[in-house]
Amino acid sequence: MTILRNSVFVLAAFAATPTLADLTLYSGRGETLVAPIIEAFTAQTGINVNVRYAGTAELAVLLQEEGDASPADLYWAQDAAALGAVVDLFAALPESLVADVPATYRDSENRWVATSGRGRVIAYSPERVSEEDLPASMFDLTDEKWKGRIALPATNGSFLAHVTAMRVVHGDDETRAWLEGIAANEPVAVRNNTAGIQAIGDGEADIAITNNYYLNRFLNRDADFPVTQTLFSNEGDIGNLLLVAGMGVLESSDHKDDAQAFIEFLLSPAAQQYFTGEVSEFPIIPGTIVTRQDINIDDVTRVAPEVDLNTIGDLEGTLEMLREVGLI
Amino acid sequence: MPRARVIFSALGLLIGGLMVLPLIWLVMRAAQADLATVIDMFTRPRTLELLRNTFALVVCTLALATLIALPLAWLVSRTNLKYRRFVNILAIIPLATPGYVMAYALIGLSGNFGFMNQIFGFTIPRLQGLWGATLALALYTFPYIYLNLRAAFAGLDQSLEEAARALGATPREVFFKVTLPHLMPALMAGWLVVGLYVIGDFGAVALMRYEVFSYAIYIQYSVMFDRVYAAWLALMLIAIALSVVWWESRLREGAHYSRTGSGAGTARRRLNLPPVAQALGWGFVALVLLASVGLPIAVLTFWMVRLDDLPAVFPALLRAFSQSLSVAVPSALMAAAMALPVAVLAVRYPSRLSTLINRLAFVGYAVPALAFALAFVFFSLNAARFLYQTQLLLVMVYALSFLALALGPIRSALYQARPSVEESARALGHGPLSVFARVTLPTIRPGVVAGMVLVFVIAMKELPIAFLLAPTGFRPLSITMFSRTSEGMLMEAAPYAAAIMAFSALFVGFVLRHDKKAG
Repeated sequence: MTILRNSVFVLAAFAATPTLADLTLYSGRGETLVAPIIEAFTAQTGINVNVRYAGTAELAVLLQEEGDASPADLYWAQDAAALGAVVDLFAALPESLVADVPATYRDSENRWVATSGRGRVIAYSPERVSEEDLPASMFDLTDEKWKGRIALPATNGSFLAHVTAMRVVHGDDETRAWLEGIAANEPVAVRNNTAGIQAIGDGEADIAITNNYYLNRFLNRDADFPVTQTLFSNEGDIGNLLLVAGMGVLESSDHKDDAQAFIEFLLSPAAQQYFTGEVSEFPIIPGTIVTRQDINIDDVTRVAPEVDLNTIGDLEGTLEMLREVGLI
Repeated sequence: MPRARVIFSALGLLIGGLMVLPLIWLVMRAAQADLATVIDMFTRPRTLELLRNTFALVVCTLALATLIALPLAWLVSRTNLKYRRFVNILAIIPLATPGYVMAYALIGLSGNFGFMNQIFGFTIPRLQGLWGATLALALYTFPYIYLNLRAAFAGLDQSLEEAARALGATPREVFFKVTLPHLMPALMAGWLVVGLYVIGDFGAVALMRYEVFSYAIYIQYSVMFDRVYAAWLALMLIAIALSVVWWESRLREGAHYSRTGSGAGTARRRLNLPPVAQALGWGFVALVLLASVGLPIAVLTFWMVRLDDLPAVFPALLRAFSQSLSVAVPSALMAAAMALPVAVLAVRYPSRLSTLINRLAFVGYAVPALAFALAFVFFSLNAARFLYQTQLLLVMVYALSFLALALGPIRSALYQARPSVEESARALGHGPLSVFARVTLPTIRPGVVAGMVLVFVIAMKELPIAFLLAPTGFRPLSITMFSRTSEGMLMEAAPYAAAIMAFSALFVGFVLRHDKKAG
C-alpha cells in the first residue's frame, strides 16, 4: 500500500513538471488530423510544440478575450472567417515565407496564410436519398422534404465560414432567410463534421454539408460505409465553396522565428503531401503531387463560386445571426 | 480570543473569500448588458426552452432513479431475499460509471458500427435527448438514493407500522401513510445530491445532445464573442441550484419524523418472499445490474477488442492517466488542507462566524461546475492574470469545488476526537498550533485520509471544470475520452473510458468499506 501510494506521488510529481515547450499552438483543427504533422515538425527541428486543441471559433473567441496576454504563438484555424476575425492580433509574415502561395490563399497584408484547401460538399446516404432528389443548390436544403434529415454542426468553423461567405455573396437578408428555413427543418445538431457523417452512417440523418476530406477516414476503415458525397450540381453555387485552413503568428508572441519556422514547414512539399495524401485535402502550393482524391480539385475549382477569402472575416455577425434564428 | 481561534478564523475567511469572490466577476460580466438586453435574454424562447429541459431532466432522472432505488432498498431491508448482503454491494457498483461514460455506452449500442448491429445484426435508433440523458444519469446516480433509503429503512421504528396494521390499515395504506412519509427526509437528501449533480452535469447531456443550461453555457461561452449571455445563463443556473438547496432545507425543517423514545424494540421483521417473488426480486436486481454495469462493460469490451492495436494506445493512455493524477493528487491535498480549519472552527469554536464559514464551504458544491469554472475564467483573466490557464488554478478550483466532500469525514472525525486530550496537552505546556499538529491531527487522520480519497477519485474523472480551465496541452482521461466520443470515434475512446471505469471502481470500494463501518 505504501509503495502504491509513493509511486502515485512520484508519478504525479513527474507529470506535473511542465513540458518545456518552445511554441504554443492553438489548433482549431482536430487532433487526429494534425498531431502527426506536428510531431514530424518537432522531430525535424527539435522545436517542441504545446498544443491547445479546441473548436476553431472557440479559439478565436479565446484569443480575442486574452488579447495581448495570450500564451499562444500560433493560431491554426479550420477556416478563413476565424482568421479574419482575429486578423488584428496577427503579425505580418515576411513575403519570402509566403511567396509561393497564390494571393487568393493568403491575407492581403500577409497576416495569415492558408496551409491547405478543401471543398464544401454534400455527404448523403445513397440508400435514403436518390440522385435526382439531391439538392441542386445549397438553398434547396430549406425545402420541407429535408425536415429532420439534415445533420448540422452549427458551431463548426467551416460551417460558420460558409455562412459568412453566403452573407458576402447573397446579403444578410437572404442568408437569414436560409438559416430560418434550415432551423425550421429541425436539423440533427451534431458537434462537428465527423459526427455529422457518423450520424448519416447511423441512420440518424440523411444529408449534411461538410468538407471533402472527412468521408475518406470512414471509407479507409470500412469501404462499405453507407455514405457518399458529391457537389451541388449548380455551377458557381455558394454550396460548392472552396475554403482553406490557415495560420497566423500572434503579434504578442515572443517566439516569432520558431513560429515562422513552423509555417515554413507546413508549406514545405513534405507537409503539403501529407495534407493531400493522408488527410485528403487540397494543396496550397502549386505543383504538389495530388494522390488519393475522390473529388477532383479541378472539378471543385470549376464549380466553386468566386469569393475573396479576405472578405469573410465577420464571424461575429454570423454567430449573432445563428443565435437569433436559434441554431446556437 | 485564543490565538488558535484567530488563526483558524482568518484561514476560514480566506477560504470562504476564495469561494465567493470570483463569482463577483461573473456578476460583473453579466452586468455589462443593458436592461433591454437582459429582459430580452430572460424572455428569449431559447431561455425558456433551456429552463423547461433542465426541469424535465431533473424530474425524470429523480423519478427513474427512485423507481430503481426504492424497490432495491426495500428488498434488501424488508424482505428475506436470498443473498441480500450481496445485493447490497451490487447496488453500489454502478457508481463506478460516471454519467458521460454511461452515455458513451448507450450511444455505442446503436449505429452502423454499434454493438447491437455488429453482434446481433440489427440497428437500434440512437438513444438521445431527454430519454437518453435520463437513462444515462439515473443509472449512474441511483445508488446515492439507495444508500440514503437503506439507512432510513434501518432507522425506521417498525412498531409504528405494526400499530397501523393493528388499527386496521391495509399493507398498502401502511406503506403510503406510514412508511413512505418516514422515508421522505432520506429520499429528499438523496434527491438533493442527485438533483444538484444533474443540474451541473455537462458530459452526459452533451453526448446525448440534450440542450439544458450547462450545455448552453458551454456553447455560448465557447463560440460567442459576446460572453454576456453565457454569464447570465450561468447566473440563472446558480439560482436554480440554490433554490433547490433552499427548498430541500425548507421541506426538511417543516417535518418531524424523529423518534421520541427508543421504540418498542421489536425485532426486525422481514417479509417472507415465496419462491416466485424471490425470482422476481432477483430478476429486478439482475435487470438493474445488467443495464448499469453489464452494459457499459460489454460495450467497452466490444470496442476495445475491435481496436486494431491496443498496446499502441498505452503510451498515450498512460500520459492522460498521469496528467489526471497530476491534478487530482494536489487537489486532494489542497481540499483537505482547506477543510481542516473549516472543520476545526465548526467543531471546536462554534459561533456565528464559524457557521457562516461552514456555509460558504458548501458553495463550491452547490454551484454547478460550469458556472463555477466560468467565474474563475473571468476572475483569472481580469484580476489574476498570473493564474490564467495554469495548473495551479485548476487545482484550486477543484479543491474549492470538492471542499464539501473532504469536509464531511474530517468534521465527523473531529466530533469523535475528545477535546479533553487536547486540553491535557495544553495544560502540559503545548501551544495551540503545536496541539493541533501533534494531538488533533494524528487523532483525526483516518477522517482526513477519507476526505482526500473522495476528492482524489472525483477529481480523476471530472469533466466540465477541466474543459474550461485546462492549461494548454493538458489532456486528462476525461477530456480525451469526451473529445473522441463527440468526434464519433467511439473505438478510440474506449481505452480511456475503461481506465475511468476501472479507477472509479476504487471509489466504490471506498464507499463499501465505509458503509461496512457505518453499519
